[in-house]
Amino acid sequence: MITLAGRTRPGHGRRSGGDRAGGAHGAATWSLTGTRTLALFALRRDRIMLPAWAYVIVIGVCANAYTFARLYKTAASRASLAATSSSNPALVFLYGRLNGDSDGALTAWRYGVWAALFAALMTIFLVIRHTRADEESGRLELIGSARVGRHAQLASALAVAVVANVVVAILLSVALPFFGMPPAGSIAFALAVATCGLAFAGISAVAAQLTASARAARGIAIVVLGAAFLLRAVGDAAGPSGPSWLTWLLPLGWTELLRPFAGERWWVLLLPVASFAAGIVLAFALTARRDLDAGLLPDRPGRPAAPAALRGPLSLGWRLQWPSLAAWAAGYVILFAVCGAAGKGIGQLVGTSGALRAEFTRLGGQPEIVNAYLAGLMLLAGLLAAGYGVATVLRLRAEELGNLADPVLAGATGRVRWGLSHVLVAVIGMASLLATGGLATGLGYGLRAGAAGHWVATMLGSGLAELPATLVVAGIAAAAFGLAARASAAVGWAALGLATALSLFGTVLQLPRWMLDASPFSHVPHLPGGAVSAVPLGWLSAIGLALIGLGLAGLRRRDIG
Amino acid sequence: MNANAIEAAGLRKTFGSARFLMRSGSATRALDGLDLTVRTGEVHAFLGPNGAGKTTAIRILLGLLRQDPGGGTVTLLGGDPWRDATRLHGQLAYVPGDVTLWPGLTGGEIIDLLSRLRGDGKDGKRRAQLIERFQLDPSKKARAYSKGNRQKVALIAALASDAELLLLDEPTSGLDPLMEEAFREAIAAERSSGRTVLLSSHILSEAEALADRVTIIRKGRTVETGTLDQLRHLTRTSVDAETEHPVSVARRAGIHDASVVAATAAGCTRLRCEVDNTVLPALLRDLTDAGLRSLSCRPPTLEELFLRHYADQARTESAS
Repeated sequence: MITLAGRTRPGHGRRSGGDRAGGAHGAATWSLTGTRTLALFALRRDRIMLPAWAYVIVIGVCANAYTFARLYKTAASRASLAATSSSNPALVFLYGRLNGDSDGALTAWRYGVWAALFAALMTIFLVIRHTRADEESGRLELIGSARVGRHAQLASALAVAVVANVVVAILLSVALPFFGMPPAGSIAFALAVATCGLAFAGISAVAAQLTASARAARGIAIVVLGAAFLLRAVGDAAGPSGPSWLTWLLPLGWTELLRPFAGERWWVLLLPVASFAAGIVLAFALTARRDLDAGLLPDRPGRPAAPAALRGPLSLGWRLQWPSLAAWAAGYVILFAVCGAAGKGIGQLVGTSGALRAEFTRLGGQPEIVNAYLAGLMLLAGLLAAGYGVATVLRLRAEELGNLADPVLAGATGRVRWGLSHVLVAVIGMASLLATGGLATGLGYGLRAGAAGHWVATMLGSGLAELPATLVVAGIAAAAFGLAARASAAVGWAALGLATALSLFGTVLQLPRWMLDASPFSHVPHLPGGAVSAVPLGWLSAIGLALIGLGLAGLRRRDIG
Repeated sequence: MNANAIEAAGLRKTFGSARFLMRSGSATRALDGLDLTVRTGEVHAFLGPNGAGKTTAIRILLGLLRQDPGGGTVTLLGGDPWRDATRLHGQLAYVPGDVTLWPGLTGGEIIDLLSRLRGDGKDGKRRAQLIERFQLDPSKKARAYSKGNRQKVALIAALASDAELLLLDEPTSGLDPLMEEAFREAIAAERSSGRTVLLSSHILSEAEALADRVTIIRKGRTVETGTLDQLRHLTRTSVDAETEHPVSVARRAGIHDASVVAATAAGCTRLRCEVDNTVLPALLRDLTDAGLRSLSCRPPTLEELFLRHYADQARTESAS
């Protein structure tokens, strides 16, 4: 059935007596024509993206299961790990409550909430991509003019979300028994992850109806996800005496309340399934109440004239990029403050496993366990900041491809000034992220371990010591943008991926020294605790600046667009 | 001041592969010997069908692209558009054919930003007048604008500037007829104030209404250039006549596309044809002899001129 006319309003089109069924009450006539075609088309568009997400989620869980089996072979070592981790509020905040001390329970603790978080992210991006993003770009208008029902687009996006999460559930429940975990617990764990994804499918479907911009809709869904994480974290960390009911409020907490591998409470699965159903009903009800392209939240008018500060390419770059930097900085504050605070009990925790101690000292590059842990955190801060830097530099390419470079370059703006504007935002952003990460770690650790002032200053320095290495990675992206624009995204992300892989796994794989040296992060002194040497920092900075210069020189010589 | 604002001769531009691989077949020639001369102070229309190379030519004039090595010369406002890009851009304003704007900025912010990027002084009165004339709401975010409104933003930013040269790439393609009229008035005002305008278009009535001179390009090459009168001189007149008796036109050279309707409602014969101007007097005599009832003659529209131009070219190409 196709509905050609829009919805009928009461008082309009009322014909002879009694014709008040269906449409006359103001609801759009239900039509799903074309859903199957659209869903298959969406799966085709996502044929790379969805397998990649599923791979990351499943491999992450399996890697954790494997690690726990390897590091904690005896029941006694597991019990000791369970006791120390349950008494460390920061770890409980980060990972959740630990139910029991079997391999399965440890895996579910260490990665359950995070796997569910990734499933939720996958689903948010998927649903918004096929609903509001298509609508905003005008593609939906084209599709909607074909023989396609009014509800088909949303229905097909939800169908694809169900498919993706079911695939994740099947893979997980098949994979986990291979690591010696009981089948019932494996299935419970897999369903906990997948139903969390589904709950967020409902939330994203509603968010997609609220705003006219896909970016804002994605933002709403991610804020709900962040709130779910925080409520669960606070509820868990507060313990039984505190407001532990907070964990029950939003989907992420439900994954641990299901208690996989620790006496499964199957009925908890009703919560995410019910919220998925409620999300669907609400989203379809909202679609009926709005026009194509419109959101329910009004698009507020902005300034009719530009503020005096918006006057050149640098201020434009800042204006375009600061919201993303602010979001990154907020993430840094939470992540590193919590991880820093978790460092207090790290000696005890590691004491139970020689293998884990070896892992930490390898990553941190030094024997003293707390320093090794904090240095490892700063390496993580450096790698993440380099990722921010690459993304920010590559914004230049996105602006160029979106025809947004032309209006700037058609003004009296040199190419170097334009290119430098975004590179400068990247450099300033990386520096402030590293400073934020260092400060947050120092504060988090110092407040729990004492001597907060000392730790804040030390960790600030340790964080900023990563800046030259991040400069090299961002510089590679900038050089690629100037010299080989088409390949710039591939080159930039490959450089980051290589540096990450070498820094995290290089020594485990016992790669030769010259290979490890290819990562700029291998040359950063291990701080705190390591020997400070300005020489490598100096020449890393020089290489980074030279790469940026090379990119800008290339930009002057090539065609734009 | 230079007599010519733009001088381009023999421009060639190849896309799609490294230049040393140019014979591999994967390369496309966007420009293939383009000549373009725009005199200072004139409105010059740059006409051609989609894909003829108009936008590529304008992007070379802006210094965003560089012509192939040895691929012709180009001078803009007395400078080299590639080398002196930044200095020259202070003297020109550009409206792209496909206007994209930063979705999170408002129209008003973008107008101000663009004029500041050009280095203009603040002329709030002119800006306000133009916003009024084009009926733009400057406080809306760019993502909420339609294509026509995005185009208005770029047009207002260009017209509000004190640039001496305006480069407009299909500036009216998204505007409604009322706004098109406002645009024409604005361009007429620019001409009288002595600004040079290069206006690319495939809408010929626009060129007819606005342009002093016209350059027609096809497949990256200039096929015709001159004033509209000069171009029409080469052309034919459209004749639509009613006579009491039939006129035989088949045997006469210089009459094209004739259609004859034998008996109209008034009992007359109706003739429609295209006539070479040299044959026009003879045809008029014939029509008078056949008992002329009504007659309308008009110069061909650029559409007709244009269509024939390409039809002729295609014919000679397929013949050769």
